[in-house]
Amino acid sequence: MKPSLEVNIHNLVLKNPVMTASGTFGYGPEFEDFFDPSVLGGIFVKGTTGKLRQGNPYPRMAETPMGMLNAVGLQNKGVDGFISDIYPKIKHYGTHLIVNVSGSTVEEYIEVAEKINALEHIPAIELNISCPNVKEGGMAFGTSCPSAAAVTRAVREVYHKTMIVKLSPNVTNIAEIAQVVEGAGADAVSVVNTLLGMAINAETRRPVLSTVTGGLSGPAIKPVALRMVWQTAKAVKIPVIGLGGIMTATDAIEFLLAGATAVQVGTANFIDPTVCPKIIAGIESYMIRHETEDIKSLINGLITV
Amino acid sequence: MKKFIHDFHIIENKDLNPGHFVLTLKPEVNLPPIFPGQFAEVRIDGSTGTFLRRPLSFHDVDYDANTITLLVQRKGDGTNRLAVMKPGDTINMVYPLGNSFHIGSSGERALLVGGGCGVAPLLYLGKILAKNGIRVTTLMGARSEEYIMEPERYKGHGELLLTTEDGKAGTKGYVIHHEVWRERNFSFDRVYTCGPDPMMKAVARLAVRHQVPCEVSLEQTMACGVGACLCCVIETNEGNKCTCTDGPVFDPNDLKNWLE
Ligand SMILES: Cc1cc2nc3c(=O)[nH]c(=O)nc-3n(C[C@H](O)[C@H](O)[C@H](O)COP(=O)(O)OP(=O)(O)OC[C@H]3O[C@@H](n4cnc5c(N)ncnc54)[C@H](O)[C@@H]3O)c2cc1C
Ligand SMILES: Cc1cc2nc3c(=O)[nH]c(=O)nc-3n(C[C@H](O)[C@H](O)[C@H](O)COP(=O)(O)O)c2cc1C
Ligand code: FES
Repeated sequence: MKPSLEVNIHNLVLKNPVMTASGTFGYGPEFEDFFDPSVLGGIFVKGTTGKLRQGNPYPRMAETPMGMLNAVGLQNKGVDGFISDIYPKIKHYGTHLIVNVSGSTVEEYIEVAEKINALEHIPAIELNISCPNVKEGGMAFGTSCPSAAAVTRAVREVYHKTMIVKLSPNVTNIAEIAQVVEGAGADAVSVVNTLLGMAINAETRRPVLSTVTGGLSGPAIKPVALRMVWQTAKAVKIPVIGLGGIMTATDAIEFLLAGATAVQVGTANFIDPTVCPKIIAGIESYMIRHETEDIKSLINGLITV
Repeated sequence: MKKFIHDFHIIENKDLNPGHFVLTLKPEVNLPPIFPGQFAEVRIDGSTGTFLRRPLSFHDVDYDANTITLLVQRKGDGTNRLAVMKPGDTINMVYPLGNSFHIGSSGERALLVGGGCGVAPLLYLGKILAKNGIRVTTLMGARSEEYIMEPERYKGHGELLLTTEDGKAGTKGYVIHHEVWRERNFSFDRVYTCGPDPMMKAVARLAVRHQVPCEVSLEQTMACGVGACLCCVIETNEGNKCTCTDGPVFDPNDLKNWLE
């Protein structure tokens, strides 16, 4: 029997739990040559702000052991550019398109969310209150309970579809932040964004990134992300979407066992542009091997006794 | 242009000098169209210090033999790992990526200027230009005689000029010191260049002075190679552009602060 990979995130029914992470899959067309985007559970598109942003100066990337630092800084065409240039090309993809909403002020988040709310083929947003690469806003919203609650509540008032809030790992107690955004109206949380990090070139005695610090992603952060998903899932009733360093189907299953309802794949897309269909197929064969008919039975399936 | 992800088998791995080697690779399928200036994102297995793929230009493409070659400079862990790979080993590549050099019209004269490993894409470019009836002159700048790489292959489709830093072969100095740039010698319709940024900037300024179009091929650090991560940007007069999709070939007039 073919196992069922279907999961639910609030109102969204995902054909499988594998989605692509914001900022690592472009808008989808970048990967069309490699596979049909409709096989995905969903696509989280690049961080979108009120106005066009050029992002941070080059260099924006540093390779690290089993990972990378980025300091892209939300380069994007702005919400109007997204609606006019990109949305028409991707709206018929046959998978859930979720816009990652970013900003420097609460007003900016509201502006973007309101405009996205009007788009028929975008069933959800992911509020990015965890970007470590912008001077104002971004991670600052996601690292304190009052500001995380304030921005979530403000956007909730204007946004009427599924609202996911993406949490920062750069906090001492992620469960506490998750509870606060749940209370402020979030329908799900994504755990985690990148870990604040830094790289130095010893030869030149200079920082590698133009911004000195950047966001760490890739397998290097997986154990931290897994721990945070586990802590968050125990603390809230809303679904948790797990991400951070997922490269294989086994990694994805570990996140489900830790309590995630679905996962996102980020940096792995750079190493293998066909990784997502492989992860989906790998989850299916794991389920056949373990005689698991419904993937929902894996969620929170960690055996601790 | 459709992109592919394929495994290639190493046919040959040849050292040219202590710093450079040439890999000849064959895929299991027929090669798709590849244009001069395009590159591949090469996955480097068996090197713990290498997580991301490495961008490498197509040095040559031989459709009859169904092979491609890469000219690689040993830099760090990734390229040093490639250096010790053997015939029969497999390398996974995402390709062909990026834009390509503009091919002018028959009867034109082109000057191709490469510094160090920057000559890599200029071999295939020269071959295609010559095939299109363009007269090709390659100007190669090397550290010393030992670093003049595969001169015969460039002579196969045109003229080869040399500079070395000690002057033991060709003109003494850098590529910009070659006499070809003197007013009375310069008779080219187009200049192409690849190499270190300061060299390309100097070459681009010379092309501007001679009032001919110029194309430069950039090497920004990359993560994805397909336009998804926005790590490889270069500042242009129209804002940041991706070297992996809008480039690697650019008109220096479009690049911010390049001709000053
Ligand atoms: C479009 C393009 C075409 C290129 N073509 C060639 C070629 O034909 N032959 C050749 O020898 N080299 C080429 N390079 C440069 C080559 O990619 C780097 O030398 C190589 O990535 C170094 O890897 P490493 O692991 O050996 O060294 P590392 O120790 O990783 O780095 C050494 C230096 O290489 C550069 N580098 C490292 N990672 C990257 C990366 N992901 N992208 C770009 N640069 C990087 C950095 O400047 C770094 O300081 C090209 C680069 C680009 C962007
Ligand atoms: C180059 C790059 C750009 C990113 N851009 C965004 C972004 O715009 N918005 C966002 O919420 N997260 C962004 N992220 C974070 C990822 O979505 C993800 O949370 C993080 O990389 C961890 O997952 P991974 O280890 O699977 O990559 C970016 C990550 C990378 C590597
Ligand atoms: S390397 Fe990712 S956008 Fe160019």
